[in-house]
Amino acid sequence: MEDRLGMGSRWRVAILLLALTILTVPILVGYVWILISTFSQRTYGLIPVDASGQVGGLTLRNWSFLWEDPNIWKVSLNSLILAIGLTIGVVVVSSMAGYALSRIGFPGRRVFLGTTLVLHAFPSVTLLIAIFFVLRWIARIPVLGRELPLIGGFGYNTLGGVILVMLALQLPLGIWLMKGFFDHVSWDIERAALIDGCSRWRTWWQIILPQIRPGIAALAIFSFISGWNEFLIPYTYITDQQQSTIAAYLNKLLSDTAPVNYSQVAAVGLFQLIPVMLFFLFTQEYLLSIFAGGTKGGS
Amino acid sequence: MKVKLENLTKRWGHVYAAHDINLEINDGEFVAFLGPSGCGKTTTLLLIAGIYKPTAGRILFDERVMNQVPPKNRNIGMVFQSYALYPHMTVYENLVFPMKLKRTPPAVMKERARRVAEMLGIGQLLDRRPGQLSGGQQQRVALGRALTKQPDLLLFDEPLSNLDARLRLSMRAEIKRLQMDLGITAIYVTHDQVEAMTMADRVAVMKDGRLQAYCPPDELYDRPRTLFIAGFVGNPPMNFLEVEVVQRDGVYHALRAGFDLPLSAERGKQAAGRGSVILGVRPEDVMIAEEGITGEVYVVEPLGRDDLIDVRIGDVHVHALADPNRRCRVGDRVHLRFNTQKIQLFDPKTEQSLLWT
Repeated sequence: MEDRLGMGSRWRVAILLLALTILTVPILVGYVWILISTFSQRTYGLIPVDASGQVGGLTLRNWSFLWEDPNIWKVSLNSLILAIGLTIGVVVVSSMAGYALSRIGFPGRRVFLGTTLVLHAFPSVTLLIAIFFVLRWIARIPVLGRELPLIGGFGYNTLGGVILVMLALQLPLGIWLMKGFFDHVSWDIERAALIDGCSRWRTWWQIILPQIRPGIAALAIFSFISGWNEFLIPYTYITDQQQSTIAAYLNKLLSDTAPVNYSQVAAVGLFQLIPVMLFFLFTQEYLLSIFAGGTKGGS
Repeated sequence: MKVKLENLTKRWGHVYAAHDINLEINDGEFVAFLGPSGCGKTTTLLLIAGIYKPTAGRILFDERVMNQVPPKNRNIGMVFQSYALYPHMTVYENLVFPMKLKRTPPAVMKERARRVAEMLGIGQLLDRRPGQLSGGQQQRVALGRALTKQPDLLLFDEPLSNLDARLRLSMRAEIKRLQMDLGITAIYVTHDQVEAMTMADRVAVMKDGRLQAYCPPDELYDRPRTLFIAGFVGNPPMNFLEVEVVQRDGVYHALRAGFDLPLSAERGKQAAGRGSVILGVRPEDVMIAEEGITGEVYVVEPLGRDDLIDVRIGDVHVHALADPNRRCRVGDRVHLRFNTQKIQLFDPKTEQSLLWT
């Protein structure tokens, strides 16, 4: 009896695994193809071939942009600045706004919550023209407009401007996410901190924020990845090659007048994926640890 | 430190969480706020802590008005029902956190934390995190955290509710002893009347945001001023019967169908001629006897030391405590004798006692 049950469940697991494998294969094949094609002159299915159609033709030619095109490092750095700037902005503003919306009763709170949700659902493409005018106006502000180091400023044709726009579009989600996490922190802990001698500000920083570290990590991952991968907004508002990002660089490869070298496109795409994978690997571990091995509190 | 509440009121919209509360707590006194959930006792406590701001009235510590003073400057220690320990800090860090904020010198901090930890028996837990402790241990740490800063006032918000019964009993005694030794003024919020009665020097009974009584526990028990207090304090709870008190041949009788109880003259005369009144008597003042009012045993609940007997008299039920050796059985006809010195009488409309004001 027990044996048969065991057999039955083993069969069930086997069938389940088989089904999952079949469903996963198309996705896996895609990745495998990208990997193979970046090291091949051409591919025939998953098999690398050379120009005359013979099996072989392995090459590093497709990766040559790494050492031949100095632009790739510039646009990578720009993407990194964009992703990090966006992450910092989203985390800082969301964690403060989320706390206020979760904990403090002020006039207009409900309206604010409702509006942010609507804004989140709003398609950003429709705003492109309007934002263009805003950014052009900002660009005319001295210093802040286009004379800041690293991000270039907050105006049109600067990384800072793109960060600003993306920040605005990301915030509704971030604020709601953070509010949800703050809602789950017990009031008693906050009260205890206030009674123990913390100011409201210090309570937020030293007592409440450590409780929602997993939430902050999740938000940071989302923001970083969307900043790193974003195409539309940097492509629209940055015309200067020196300010461009990696997604726009990838697009340039596709739309040049010369025939498209898909193997090179795949190589750049893979290259773009590396930091995201690394970032995800580290933060994911963080996410899972939650509190068991959290860092030390106090000052 | 003395604490004084003057006409203290807190309103949320149209609901009064605390309504015109006046009371004074002496230096070193242990006061319990007692009431059912939602009666406003925790709100009052948080008003005293400074977490909430009063809608009206004043809070005074000694002679100083505290209404606008933020919680961190009130020098109070508070213990919460949920313990409210900081999960990301070790026990030691939890204990010293309030002192750190007060910029206590590190040596003093270490010494005080060590002493408090020893006093509470948590010395071996200092490196652990709250999540790795049992409920009882967490409660001790919470108590320790409230004590290390050497507060002028200790606030307890149902601190024992989450502990199991046995632990609750020992912690009860421990907290009382600790408070006595340290001589810190303490306010203890609870819905458990046993806790309030056993621990407090004085008990403030609250209902619907209003202070119902503020007096020592024995007075609360022996001379309840309202029907609510009479019913809330004491376990098993007091019996209530609707009766009419009449004078016959110079003796006062409490009467209802199948029920005739002679009352003492001093009690009887307060209720005579008022029509229907409510008579209250505690189960321990009702005895199974050879003669007296006749009834039928409806339910027997063995409590160990006593049996709680539910006796039906006509259409009402009266609970009596009886010696288990009597072996009362369901359906038995029994006679009840009442300790007439302990009878309470209440006005059914105002719910005020007719005996005590």
